[in-house]
Amino acid sequence: MLHWLQAPWPWYVSGPLIGLMVPLLLLLGNKVFGISSSLRHVCAACLPAKIPFFQYNWKAEQWNLFFVGGIIIGGWLASSYLTNGMPLNVNPNLTEQLQTYQIQESNSWVPTAIFSWEGLFTLRGFIMMVIGGFLVGFGTRYAGGCTSGHSINGLSNLQLPSLIATICFMVGGFIMANLILPFILKL
Amino acid sequence: MQNITEQSSTNIIHHTNTLNNTDFEVRSLDAMCTNDSQLKHPWWYNLKYLAAGILFGIILIKAEVISWFRIQEMFHLQSFHMYGVIGSAVVTGALCVWCIKKWKLKTIHGEPVQFVKKQFNKGQIYGGLIFGLGWAMTGACPGPLYALIGSGITVIAVVLLSAMVGTWVYGAVREKLPH
Repeated sequence: MLHWLQAPWPWYVSGPLIGLMVPLLLLLGNKVFGISSSLRHVCAACLPAKIPFFQYNWKAEQWNLFFVGGIIIGGWLASSYLTNGMPLNVNPNLTEQLQTYQIQESNSWVPTAIFSWEGLFTLRGFIMMVIGGFLVGFGTRYAGGCTSGHSINGLSNLQLPSLIATICFMVGGFIMANLILPFILKL
Repeated sequence: MQNITEQSSTNIIHHTNTLNNTDFEVRSLDAMCTNDSQLKHPWWYNLKYLAAGILFGIILIKAEVISWFRIQEMFHLQSFHMYGVIGSAVVTGALCVWCIKKWKLKTIHGEPVQFVKKQFNKGQIYGGLIFGLGWAMTGACPGPLYALIGSGITVIAVVLLSAMVGTWVYGAVREKLPH
């Protein structure tokens, strides 16, 4: 049992489990599954600066901050106690592509040449973390949700705006990964 | 029960009134309190959401969806994994939502489960594209950012902080943006 838990979970196990978060939060207290709102609540709590978008009672949305706090703890638990230490099984084509940018496949979730404190002070590391993060925060709020709020929760409730948003997430991702990222990785 | 429904509809009207001109549809666009419970609970009731978050964090790690490499595979059509995860999550979620509606299931506190229709606006297109660009760069959407920090990759806190700055800047300029 533990052996099975420690191996990576196949998509047909982990996908449905992620889907179950939608009814879980609804039944726990009418909460809508969504993560990116937490970024807004932090802004509203820490630096509302008289901006109307941040003038609301963020304390009423505290549950969302408890939820993302839980994700941090869950991430720690799973990587400390539910791992078999095997490296990620990456498609060989991708490995080969990445080697041309001096990115070695590592035993980490991220390419450590870029996503590390040393990498932060390289040009490509700075762009991918700081600019990339900015686009994630700006874009999710502009779109009114991220993968969880739109793609999982919105599509589960058959919302057309969420389908449009999801298609745009994918289009943006394909453009970046195939057309723009090769130039950034060369920096 | 009647009382709760009445209270929550007044509450929605109150929100639309106060936020009418400056904040077009903002409460319903986000995962926010348009359908919030009107029951008053002590703060520690929120611990159930902490528990749900812990569960979700574990699932995110074990699903490997927090991996930058998995995201690149998805956008290079080199693996079915991400499509399988998201697709089966949506099917499961949709089945559950259908069941909740069909049997009019109630929350554990006895309130009827409410669903909010999302309104279309152009932000879903422009914002969606912008988020997509950032997603392929960082290899993480907001949920995985938290999970990655928990897994010990502390530098991801910089990405998260930057995402908060992005959210803040959006809030500051949103009235000038097309919606």
